[in-house]
Amino acid sequence: MAPTFKGLKLIRLSYLVSILVLLYLPIAVLVINSFNASKYGIHWAGFTWKWYIKLFANESMMQAAGHSLLIAVTSASIATIIGTLAAVALHRYQFKGKAILSSMVFISMLTPEIVLAIALLIIFILVGIQLGFWSLLLGHITFCLPFVIVAVYSRLKGFDMKMLEAARDLGATEGKVFMKIILPLALPAVAAGWLLSFTLSLDDVIVSAFVTGPGYEILPLKVYSMVRVGVSPEVNSISTVLLMVSLVMVIISQLLLREEK
Amino acid sequence: MSEPRPLLTLNNLSKTYGDNIVLNNFNLTVYDGEFFTLLGPSGCGKTTVLRIIAGLEDADVGQIHLTGQEISSLPAEKRPVNTVFQSYALFPHMSVFENVAFGLKMSGVAKDEIKSRVIEALEMVRLSDFLDRKPAQLSGGQQQRVAIARAVVNRPKLLLLDESLSALDYKLRQQMQVELKRLQRKLGITFVYVTHDQEEALSMSDRVLVMHKGIVQQLGTPREIYEQPANLFVARFIGEINQLEGVIVAIDGNHQYEVKVEGMQWALHAEHNFIVGDKVNVLLRPEDLRVEYIDAPHVDQVLVGTIVERNYKGKTLDSIIRLPSGVELITSEFFDEDDPSFDYSLNQSVAVKWVPGWEVVMPYETL
Repeated sequence: MAPTFKGLKLIRLSYLVSILVLLYLPIAVLVINSFNASKYGIHWAGFTWKWYIKLFANESMMQAAGHSLLIAVTSASIATIIGTLAAVALHRYQFKGKAILSSMVFISMLTPEIVLAIALLIIFILVGIQLGFWSLLLGHITFCLPFVIVAVYSRLKGFDMKMLEAARDLGATEGKVFMKIILPLALPAVAAGWLLSFTLSLDDVIVSAFVTGPGYEILPLKVYSMVRVGVSPEVNSISTVLLMVSLVMVIISQLLLREEK
Repeated sequence: MSEPRPLLTLNNLSKTYGDNIVLNNFNLTVYDGEFFTLLGPSGCGKTTVLRIIAGLEDADVGQIHLTGQEISSLPAEKRPVNTVFQSYALFPHMSVFENVAFGLKMSGVAKDEIKSRVIEALEMVRLSDFLDRKPAQLSGGQQQRVAIARAVVNRPKLLLLDESLSALDYKLRQQMQVELKRLQRKLGITFVYVTHDQEEALSMSDRVLVMHKGIVQQLGTPREIYEQPANLFVARFIGEINQLEGVIVAIDGNHQYEVKVEGMQWALHAEHNFIVGDKVNVLLRPEDLRVEYIDAPHVDQVLVGTIVERNYKGKTLDSIIRLPSGVELITSEFFDEDDPSFDYSLNQSVAVKWVPGWEVVMPYETL
């Protein structure tokens, strides 16, 4: 029996490994190549930081990165504020159209991004908003919002509602209940929502491509336009940086959501 | 004793949820300093009464006066009333100290005073060593005591307790009953306690209000409720009771009647006024019945039946006795020091009687 068992284990292991390879090999190649001294990355020519140095010296690249960070931080923050309040409203109050509103949150999460992008573009043109920073910001807030709502709402659902009544019974006004009870308890979910939004905003291409103007370039679009000419080693290194930032954000947000179950 | 001062009065409260009438023209007066209990089966509206007093729910109609002031329009946070919730509802992100300090902080009490009052309250519930613990690190009984401290620290005019002991196990619950009663005496705060546990209600309260389907069934001291139930519902809800059907056959005089029960004529006392021919229920508590062996001819009039069940309960011997009519009586007898080994065998014939006057005779009704 023992050999068969060992064989089974081997098959299982190799299956797992092949999936992981499939998922991560391309990314691994990209990361490795960002340190490859060879310009075309076909063979290994030795370790180097030079693409990173070149990257940070590239002014237009740095400007796009700055724009991206500004948009990501601002849109994540605004989406988090609106989303948290919306989640509290959905959880705490009874009002007309509540069921419709909460299912619409999920629908907008599942809407193909291209549809959202076109819709946003049409509305911006219709309303007369110049494509650039503001249109980009509004667009990013829109697609981040449902993720914040869902994260915060699912945390609130775990609350004992009696706790909020107890707070009011002890003299807390509605505002105090929010600041002293709801917000501290929902904070991990709020922070996770922010980090998720930040990541989504930072690497968004589709919506951004539609709603930004030529005057306001952001990182993913800049990278995209560079790739069209050919994959330069700088693209590898900026991708690696983006990857690391996203990875850290996702890990932190997952840790926050998992805390004190 | 001075004349009791009304602290809280509820006038004509009514409340419906959709088609469901939860409270129907409900009136209540609670006196200053008393331990008042609302008792009833689940869904009888007792918790709704409590929530309306606390301001967590609004009545459809009716007035609430606290120390003479109409408070129905005050929001919960403005009422000088605090609640101990069934689930305790402690704030999980705050320490025991912060939980208890919450109410004082909300009302803007100075920091030094908060500290001394919180510690005093926690000493009272014997939890002053647990200041920095989080609620999750406490046992159920300790959480319960934090919830009580968190409410009484605000020195409310009225403390509302919503089934506050029901989540505890039997032993702890009994201990907490004693502690609650002691605390209430010490603080002199009026308690309004809600429970479905009749034993709890009887042992703690100064007065008990029995509710059913949003309507007051009886209001009285625990003794009145137990010994003179106002109707069959109260009689059956408060403890075990035997119910025998009878008919009035003659009137002997003031509240004395000749009643035909189980084929025999008995001279019984009744608070109600009956006329000859009225059907009645004769109610007898299991512990008021006396069971005797049939070995000598009886001088007194007795019911004769056979033992169909006998249960040793430690303190008491509980038996079920079937009468010839098919009615079964429950009896509960304390063990006698003179005869510690008394017992019955199944199918044994026994005589049952009771102390005259301990029966309750009320108009016939069925539940």
